Amino acid sequence: MRLSGPAVIIRVIAGLALALLVLPLLGILLSAPWPRLPALLVAPATLQALGLSLLTALISTALCLLLGTPLAVVLARSVSWPVVPRRLLRAAVTIPLVLPPVVGGLALLLLLGRNGILGKYLAPIGVTIPFTTGAVVIAQTFVAMPFLVFAVEGALRGADRRVELAAASLGASPLRVFRTVTVPLVAPGIAAGAVLCFARALGEFGATITFAGSYPGITRTLPIASYLASQSDLNQSIALALVLLVVSVAVLLGLRDRWLPGVRG
Amino acid sequence: MTASVLVADFSARQGSFQVTAAFGVVAGRPLALVGPNGAGKTTVLNVLAGHLAVGSGSILLGGRDIVDLAPEARRVGLVFQDFLLFPHLTVTDNVAYGIRMRGARRSAARAAALPWLERFELGALAGRYPHELSGGQAQRVALARALAAEPDALLLDEPMAALDVEIRDEVRAELAAHLRDFAGPTVVVTHSAADVAALAADVVVLERGAITQRGSWAQLRAAPATPYVRRLVERREE
Repeated sequence: MRLSGPAVIIRVIAGLALALLVLPLLGILLSAPWPRLPALLVAPATLQALGLSLLTALISTALCLLLGTPLAVVLARSVSWPVVPRRLLRAAVTIPLVLPPVVGGLALLLLLGRNGILGKYLAPIGVTIPFTTGAVVIAQTFVAMPFLVFAVEGALRGADRRVELAAASLGASPLRVFRTVTVPLVAPGIAAGAVLCFARALGEFGATITFAGSYPGITRTLPIASYLASQSDLNQSIALALVLLVVSVAVLLGLRDRWLPGVRG
Repeated sequence: MTASVLVADFSARQGSFQVTAAFGVVAGRPLALVGPNGAGKTTVLNVLAGHLAVGSGSILLGGRDIVDLAPEARRVGLVFQDFLLFPHLTVTDNVAYGIRMRGARRSAARAAALPWLERFELGALAGRYPHELSGGQAQRVALARALAAEPDALLLDEPMAALDVEIRDEVRAELAAHLRDFAGPTVVVTHSAADVAALAADVVVLERGAITQRGSWAQLRAAPATPYVRRLVERREE
């Protein structure tokens, strides 16, 4: 089959785009210090950063699920609202997606810092948030929340709402309809959102370093550790990056096969 | 306790579309609600089931006015055109759903669903999920699910429309037998003459949101009141 001129051009550009996405990752694999890798991976600093990253990303994902699922329900139902509040709500949920993470971190600091708008009331009662592990979790939750909200909202809007009517006609109260029909129907969307959320939280850098800093064992997550190492020992930095890469790919592959095919509509 | 009479007299609005209807249904004499596409048949069902509020009027079921009750409090069973089984539940749990919602525990509800599975010859399919069923099987599950909740009245929306043409006659005969067993008022929405003849004793014709004729199938055939009814009784409208 002969391809026409425009078709060739589209494929060439698509190939370039793909190369831009894949070649850097190949670069990591090719330049990894394979012989030294085992020693680098079990170094205390690596394990400490990995443990902190997994712990905080898991907590952030749980927080996003807890807070974000109801927000997704409200967002999905907001189609019947007047235009202005509907758009404002959607814009508010979208903010962390378009905001540079460093700006997000700065905003969190101005809100929750010792002299912050809310923080100045928290300090006298002994609650200090910035530069703690809690700050890492808050920063990650801030940047990851939209991923969960939009995935769940999409699933809610795609689900056939008449199935909920069927449940109601069988005697189910609105709350039981939500629990026994709506949530199971959108479970694949919730799972997909949680996976994206976890991956985003795991990779969080800008908001974390601004709002939580880089204290080993307390706020120095894998991405921060990898960046700091790149200033002194590139091999160490690559080893940490590899760990992040492997964890991300493993999460995406493992959970996709289990959850995403999900319920047939 | 199933009710013996359903009396509806209301007007309702869906978007810019207005439906006005008054009719009665007696247990043991299923009513066919017929009419061309867009006549408002499904709107009437939605009003009876409580999924659409009336503008004014009443719906008496066994002597109580259910017009202001929420759908879950009406005890009106509904079988949808495309069945709308719960895709994440097995056949057993679909049938047991209404029993559970009436307060039974999961295991008790499953046990109570068994006689319904047997009655609808679903025993061998008990563990299957909806996407593993044929159209005829899915319809039996939908009917068993609605009846297991022990509704006071039963509504069916185009029960044959989603089925392959080759199996319709057989499934229709089975459905007619099951409807004879149901002790409450039954309304079947259809635009098929074959459904009316096999499933219903009385007919109400709805055209453009208003009732244009009512009577038995024989009466409609003897004296069709509108061109639509004439085409219907001559079975040119399938």
